[in-house]
Amino acid sequence: MQKAEVNTIDAIPVRRKKESQIVMIFKRILRDRGATIGLIGILFFVFVAIFAEQLAPYDPYTLDITAMLTGPSRAHWMGTDELGRDVMSRLIYGTRYSLALGVLGSLMSFACACVLGCIAGYFGKWIESLIMRICDVMMSIPGTLLTIIISAVLGSGFFVTLIALSFGGIFNQVRMLRAQILRERGQEYLEAAEAYNCKKTKIMFIHLLPNVVSPLLVNLTMGISGTINAAATLSFLGLGIQPPTPEWGAMLSGGRDYLRNCPTLILFPGLVIMIFCWCVNLFGDGLRDAMDPKLKN
Amino acid sequence: MYRYVLKRLLMSLVVILVAAVLIFTIMNVVPGDPAAALLGDDATYEEILAKRQAMGLDGPFMVRLGQYLYKFFIKWDFGTSWFYGTPIINEVAVRLPRTVFISLINLFISLAVGIPVGIMAALKRGKWQDRGVLSLAMLFQAIPSFWLSMELILLFAVRLKWLPASGIGSWRHYILPIISGLLGGWCGNARTTRQSMLQVMRDDYITTARAKGLPEGRVIIHHMLPNALMPIITMVGGAIGGIVGGALVLERTFSIPGVGTYLLSAVNNRDYPVVETVTILLAAVNALSMLLVDLTYGFVDPRIKAQYVSSTNKGRRAVKSAKS
Repeated sequence: MQKAEVNTIDAIPVRRKKESQIVMIFKRILRDRGATIGLIGILFFVFVAIFAEQLAPYDPYTLDITAMLTGPSRAHWMGTDELGRDVMSRLIYGTRYSLALGVLGSLMSFACACVLGCIAGYFGKWIESLIMRICDVMMSIPGTLLTIIISAVLGSGFFVTLIALSFGGIFNQVRMLRAQILRERGQEYLEAAEAYNCKKTKIMFIHLLPNVVSPLLVNLTMGISGTINAAATLSFLGLGIQPPTPEWGAMLSGGRDYLRNCPTLILFPGLVIMIFCWCVNLFGDGLRDAMDPKLKN
Repeated sequence: MYRYVLKRLLMSLVVILVAAVLIFTIMNVVPGDPAAALLGDDATYEEILAKRQAMGLDGPFMVRLGQYLYKFFIKWDFGTSWFYGTPIINEVAVRLPRTVFISLINLFISLAVGIPVGIMAALKRGKWQDRGVLSLAMLFQAIPSFWLSMELILLFAVRLKWLPASGIGSWRHYILPIISGLLGGWCGNARTTRQSMLQVMRDDYITTARAKGLPEGRVIIHHMLPNALMPIITMVGGAIGGIVGGALVLERTFSIPGVGTYLLSAVNNRDYPVVETVTILLAAVNALSMLLVDLTYGFVDPRIKAQYVSSTNKGRRAVKSAKS
């Protein structure tokens, strides 16, 4: 009886506090004009990705030899590419690939970093030095280069590119997380969790992680735009996702050969990448301010 | 201090060595036979076998790894390109100055623009200058760098015909690469500088300096900037370390025959010795620049210098105090 009472008393304030913090952050984001614009932009792109079939005027793969490399016209708002495919439809379908690449790529490296960072920070000793030395070695190779080499080794394709893109981002985040955990390691709640014999995995991911993860969350948001940019760069260098997949970066690199004949072919994919990444950056910046306890008022 | 530097140098060496093992291993698990790829479809089985032997691909993995490391780190023999058949180091020696030239100029210009702009934004915090700088920086960070370069080529080389689109030759060839490097590079510097300045500006010693009646310019240059320098140094160190990684895209866009294009064509041609050697050299450059950053911290911040000294002198001091 007594035990149950303690549990309910404990449970209620914790839940209420958690919820209020998320709502508070959300309210602060809405108060920030830039972040609101970013959020609306991101939601717009998500909407386009979900309803691509309904929104696209043409099929993204259908060839039309009668209308090749035309500029913007009433029939094709953003023109057609070298095989007569409608650029706007391809961009709309490409939203799916690019968003998936950006979000999944960042999430994957974030998840890997969380696991590695928590293990390194929480267990300490030899396992910490092992993981940190691996990070040192991986970070000695410049990030772009690492992505290129892994992508070259694994070949092209969506999932392979995803792995290549997420791999390079892991190690920096592991360092950040470990530094955060080091500050947190002596805290009483961890001692308490250990004292009532909580499982190690539970301590790491349920007790410790939520308290140290906020700098990584901002990083995760900003990472989405970085990943999309990196994916575009990979396609441009002849690796990663290749045409005919209507991914934004692949379209951009495909249009390079027609720079002189049809400049709009690279203009629109570039603009779309720019607008999306700008929205993500605006939102990420707002999120950082909203999550910073120093700027609360 | 010297012991610290020595220790760090040794650690960097170990890191480079492990990176070399890693790269060699990665390049060896790549599916497909490079000898067969090099000879084309017409080659017979015997020809491929002979080629494999000539390329040194026939031994067991551990033996080849050992030989490679011995040649690389003991005999300083950086290998020969499979594709071109020339020594890699010669090619790198010809190409490296171009890459370094462009990268260093880009680095300096983007620092020269980024740092003052960041300082200005921090000083005018919340005003239109700050908001303008921030939005512009965020916009430029969102642009894929090669897209910007292509649009610049389109405008200045194709439409206006003012500047050459690609290659090297005269100084005019370098204008477009440098402009696109600047447009992509200043924004990160400006944002880091602004952030770091904002953190320093709230500190008490700035208030003290102003209360002493120092002119504002002196407060900014002598009191704020040195304290805000640390993240900026980290940033510069990272930029130096990643010099070729950044130049890769730029060189490819403007067809500049530098180390970046060499590495890229090697990746596409499966010219593994080139990929391995260039990557290890880059990792070495990166490790050295990290070491330089750490040492520069000591010069900029006396507190950190004191840490180095105390950690190396601890033993001696303990002996001294025991004697007295």
